[in-house]
Amino acid sequence: MPFKKPEPVQVVKQRRDAALKALVASVPYISFLGIEFDRRGDELTAIMPFKDELIGNPMLPALHGGATAAFLEMTSIIGLSWATLWEDIESGRLEAESLVDGKMPSLPKTIDFTVDYLRSGLPRDAYARARVNRSGRRYASVHVEAWQDNRARPFAQATGHFLMPSRDG
Amino acid sequence: MSTDKRSDNTKNAQQFIEAIPHSKALGMEFTNVGGGTAEMRMPYDERFIGDPETGVIHGGAVFALLDTTCGAAVMSHPDATGTTATIDLRIDYMRPATPGQAIRTRATCYRVTRSVAFVRAEALDDNDTSLVATATGAFTAEKK
Repeated sequence: MPFKKPEPVQVVKQRRDAALKALVASVPYISFLGIEFDRRGDELTAIMPFKDELIGNPMLPALHGGATAAFLEMTSIIGLSWATLWEDIESGRLEAESLVDGKMPSLPKTIDFTVDYLRSGLPRDAYARARVNRSGRRYASVHVEAWQDNRARPFAQATGHFLMPSRDG
Repeated sequence: MSTDKRSDNTKNAQQFIEAIPHSKALGMEFTNVGGGTAEMRMPYDERFIGDPETGVIHGGAVFALLDTTCGAAVMSHPDATGTTATIDLRIDYMRPATPGQAIRTRATCYRVTRSVAFVRAEALDDNDTSLVATATGAFTAEKK
């Protein structure tokens, strides 16, 4: 045989989804806020379904700036961690099964995080995607945008710098 | 009496925070507020953990507390009308907060212009000598 037969699609999907699920389930604050992640290939979209606990201004009403910031920061951290994990899993350096068994690599640590509030967050589901602009051995820079009904009208964006976990320990 | 007035302010501010669902969900409390400064506290809670390896609170929860403290400082400023919204807020994380300890924050609104308020804030745990995080932000304001 000149080449290896590709793995069945459901096996690949199952492995990737299990790894993502294990990563997301490991962080209590993700479930406290009710954040979910949708995966298409290597691209992640974070979803924060609306709930009353996220309200910061009951008169308007509007989402709390802190809930928005946490949503953006979480999307950045998981996005960054996922980008590293993806490479490790796809190259075979890391067994997806070991993640599910609780051997999760350390998460990146936030050095600083700057949020721009562009318009008030409506009492509706919010979505966010992070873009890793640079990821070195020690430092990473991530930009993230969140929107609600309309992708072209983000209600908040942020830039953060992160300290990457050491890869050999 | 200035001391009575101060505790009145704190009590009113506490009632106000109770009416904010997200602040209530995070268990935020006012310890002092008035004259453009605010001090708050958020007890440790395992649901707020961001790093499962160490049990350290997620930066986002600290961000929410600092944002609320900064907003309260703006509202309590004598030159501002009392409503505000965050324009931008930057947080620098100096060190992880010690698991099991409450986060304490203090914010100062040091300048109010016709439409913008500028705020600085700090976050600490039980260790008074080493900051957990600092914040700098701009908020909307209306000068009286």
